[in-house]
Amino acid sequence: MRYLTAIFTALLAGAPAFASQPTPGAFGMQEPATRIMERIVGFHDGLMIAITLITVFVTALLLIVIVRFNRRANPEAKKFSHNSLIEIVWTALPVLILVGIAAPSFSNLFYQENEPDLAVIAQSGDLDDPDIFIEAAKQDWIVVKAEGMGNWAWTYHYPNDMDIDGYPVSFVSNGIHFGLPTDPSATPEKPRYLATDNPMVIPANRYIRYQTTSDRVIHAWTVPSFGVKLDAVPGRLNEGWFLVEKPGVYYGQCSELCGKNHAFMPIEVRVVPQAQYDRWLEIMKTGDVEAASAAVQEIASIDGATRLAMAE
Amino acid sequence: MPMDEITADHGHDAHDHKPGFFTRWFLSTNHKDIGTLYLIFALVAGIIGYTLSGLIRLELAQPGIGPMMHIMEFFGATPGPEAIEKAKSFYNVVITYHGLIMIFFMVMPALIGGFGNWFVPLMIGAPDMAFPRMNNISFWLTVFGFGLAVTSMLVPGGNGVNGFGGGWVLYPPLSSSAGHSGPSMDLLILSIHTIGIASILGAINFIVTILNMRAPGMTMHKMPLFAWSLLITATLLLLSLPVLAGAVTMLLTDRNFGSQFFDPSGGGDPVMFQHLFWFFGHPEVYIMILPAFGIVSHIVSTFSKKPIFGYLGMAYAMVSIGVIGFIVWAHHMYTVGMPSDMKAYFVAATMVIAVPTGIKIFSWIATMWGGSITFEVPMVWAIGFIFLFTVGGVTGVVLANAGIDHAVHDTYYVVAHFHYVLSLGAVFGLFAGWYYWFEKMFGIKYNKMLGHVHFWVMFIGSNLVFFPQHFLGLNGMPRRYIDYADAFSLWNYVSSIGYAVTLVGTLVFFVGLVEALLRRRKGEANPWGEGATTLEWTLPSPPPFHQFNELPVVDTEGGH
Repeated sequence: MRYLTAIFTALLAGAPAFASQPTPGAFGMQEPATRIMERIVGFHDGLMIAITLITVFVTALLLIVIVRFNRRANPEAKKFSHNSLIEIVWTALPVLILVGIAAPSFSNLFYQENEPDLAVIAQSGDLDDPDIFIEAAKQDWIVVKAEGMGNWAWTYHYPNDMDIDGYPVSFVSNGIHFGLPTDPSATPEKPRYLATDNPMVIPANRYIRYQTTSDRVIHAWTVPSFGVKLDAVPGRLNEGWFLVEKPGVYYGQCSELCGKNHAFMPIEVRVVPQAQYDRWLEIMKTGDVEAASAAVQEIASIDGATRLAMAE
Repeated sequence: MPMDEITADHGHDAHDHKPGFFTRWFLSTNHKDIGTLYLIFALVAGIIGYTLSGLIRLELAQPGIGPMMHIMEFFGATPGPEAIEKAKSFYNVVITYHGLIMIFFMVMPALIGGFGNWFVPLMIGAPDMAFPRMNNISFWLTVFGFGLAVTSMLVPGGNGVNGFGGGWVLYPPLSSSAGHSGPSMDLLILSIHTIGIASILGAINFIVTILNMRAPGMTMHKMPLFAWSLLITATLLLLSLPVLAGAVTMLLTDRNFGSQFFDPSGGGDPVMFQHLFWFFGHPEVYIMILPAFGIVSHIVSTFSKKPIFGYLGMAYAMVSIGVIGFIVWAHHMYTVGMPSDMKAYFVAATMVIAVPTGIKIFSWIATMWGGSITFEVPMVWAIGFIFLFTVGGVTGVVLANAGIDHAVHDTYYVVAHFHYVLSLGAVFGLFAGWYYWFEKMFGIKYNKMLGHVHFWVMFIGSNLVFFPQHFLGLNGMPRRYIDYADAFSLWNYVSSIGYAVTLVGTLVFFVGLVEALLRRRKGEANPWGEGATTLEWTLPSPPPFHQFNELPVVDTEGGH
C-alpha cells in the first residue's frame, strides 16, 4: 500500500507556500498562476457544464427509450423513419452550441497566442482589465530560452543577459529523481519527479517571453499552472508569453515522448520578487550556478509597499 | 453481368462443395473464410495487445518502477540500476506496440477484414468479393506485417533494449537513427509498408465490390448502412495510407540512405513528418470507428423492430465525417508551434465534426423511439456503445479547443478521450457485431447469459480504467510516463483495478466462446425475428459456401 503512505505523507507535510503542483486525488486542473491559465480554467469550467448537460441529456433519452419502448411496455413497434423537422433541429442546434463554444475559444486562443504589445498596454488607462498588466508593461520583456537536451535535461538561456565572459547566461537544469534506489528522498521542498537541481528563475509581475528549442529529439516545455505547453523541436525556435503575479515554485514535466528518461526531466520554475531575481542573475553572471540556485531556495515575498505600487 | 459467368463455372449442383483443409484456409478465395481468418487473427493480436496494456497498468498501479524492472531482471539484466534503466526503455516499447498492435492488427482486421469481408457481400447480395484472390493476398500480407512488427519488437532498438520505443506516432528524430539506431525501427517501417499494401488492396476490393456488385434493385440509397460505412472506410484508407507510406519511406531513407527529410541539420524538418503522419492518422481514427457505426445502426434497428431513422442522414453523416476527417489533422499538433490563425482554423474545422456525429447519436435514439425493444446481447452492447461514444465525443469537443488543449495536450486526458472512442467505442461496436452475427457466421448459438455478464463486467471495468484518467490529465499527468509524481497515485491505482475487472470480463468472453464451440447448439437462419431485414438473414446459418448464385432481387421496400 505504498500509494496510501505516499498520499498520507503528502497530506501531512502540506504544500509549501505558493507552490503549484499536482494534488493527491484531485479531479480537476491545478490552481492557475497566470491570467492565461485563469482563462483556460474559466472556459473549461463552462465547457464542462455544457458537455455534462449534453451527456446527461443523451443518457436521459436512452433511459426513456429503455423504459418506455421495451417490448413489454410497447409490444407494437411504430414504423416511422423520417421527420424532417427534428432532423433539422438536431443539426442546427449543435451548430448553435458550437458557435457558442467557438466565441470564447477563439478569444482565449488569441489571448494566449498573440504576444501582447507592451507599448500599447503601458499607455492603457484601463486598470480593471484583468488581461493586461500595465505596470509590468512599462518594463521590457524578460526573455528565457528553454533548450531540451539529448541527455534529458533542460538548459535555460537568458539571451538578453550577458555573463562576465560576454556570453548569454545559461545553465543546465537536471531532475534529481530518476526512479533509482540512489535517488534522494522526496521532501515537500523537493517533490519526487518534479524538483530540479537548478530551477529556472523569473521575476514576478514581469512579462516573460519564453522560447523553446531542442538539440536532438522533440521535448515539450510545460507548466500546467501557467497554462503553457510548447514543443521544443530541433531546428526550430518556438515562442510564447506569460506573466506570473505570485512568487512561488511551479512545477511541470516534459510532455513529448523523448526516450528513456522522458518521465524524469522535470521543469521547476521559481518566481521571485524583482530584487531577488536581480541578485540571482548577478550571481549567475559570475558562473557560480550552485550559489545562484541557493539564493532562490527561500522565496522572498513581495512586501506590502511594492504590492501597493504594483496595484496602482 | 460478369458475375453470372463466374458463378456459372462452379455449377449449380454442389453449393457446399468445400476444398480440402489446406486449400480452404491457406489459399482461400472465399470471403466468408477470409473473414473468419481475419477474426481469428484479430483475436490473437488482440490478446497480445491486451497483455501489453496489462503490463502498462501493472506498472502504473503504484508509484515506483517495479514490474517492468522485474521483467528486465527475468531477461537477464543485473538487478538494480541497470534493470531500472532498461525498464524505462522497455516501458516505451510496450506502449508503442500496444498502440500499433491494437490499431493495425486488432481493430482494423476485426472490423474491416473480419466483419467487412463476411457481411458486405452478404448484405449487398453479392456471391463474393470482386477480387477474391486479392482478398487472400490482403489477409496474408497482414499476417506477414504482423510477423515483421513482432520481429521488430524482438531485435535491438538502439535504446538499450529490444524494440522501438518512440510511440505509435513514430515521430522523428526519436525514430531516426539519432533516436533509435537499431534495426527494430527499420523492421517496423517494413511492417507498416506491408500492412499498408494489405489495407490498400483490401480497400480497393471493398470499393469495387460495393460499387459494382450490389444485387439488382439495390441502389446506393437502399444499401445497408454497414456497407455504406465500409465504402467510406475503404475510401479513407485508399486516400490516406499512401501518405503514411510516403512518410515512413522518407524516414527509411533518412535512416539508411543519407537523406535528410526530417533532419534539421540537413535542412529538413521533423514537424513535416507530423503533418504527413496525422494526415493519415486522423482519417485512421474514423477508419476504426465508422464500421462500428454501421454495425450499431443495424443492431439498433433490428432490436427496436423499426427501420433506421433518417437513413439518408445517417449515410451522409458518415460521408461528411469522412470528408471533414481529412482537413482537421493538425489538431493533434496544437503545441508544435503553429501560427494562431492556423490553430483557429483547425479548431473550427474540428468542432464541425461534432455535427454529423450528433446526427448519428440522435438518429440511433430516434430509431429506438417508438420501437418495441428486446434487450438481446448485441443490443446492450450497442446501447453501451452509444453512451460511451457520447462521453468520448464530448471530451473531443473539449480537446478541439486549442486554448484548452495547451493545458491538456499529451496528458492522460487525451489518453482517456481516445480510449473512450476507441477502446470503449470501436471495441464495444466490435463485440456488438460479434454477438449480433456469431450465430450467422458459425451456425451455433452462444450462451446469452454469458454475453450479458461479459457486457456488464466490461462496461464497469473499462469505465473504471479510463474515467479516472480524465482527472489525472486535468491535474497535469503527462502520458507515456513509466512513473509519476506521488499525487497521481490514487487515480492510477483505481485505473489499474479497472483493468483487473476487464480481465474478468475477457475471461467471461472466452468462456462464452468455448462454451458455444463445445455445446454446438444449432443456429437458426434468423434468430432475431422480424426486425432483422438485411439480406444475410435470408440465408441459413452458417451461409452456404457459395451464396447468391442466383442474385436476389431487392424490391422497393427492402434494402436498409
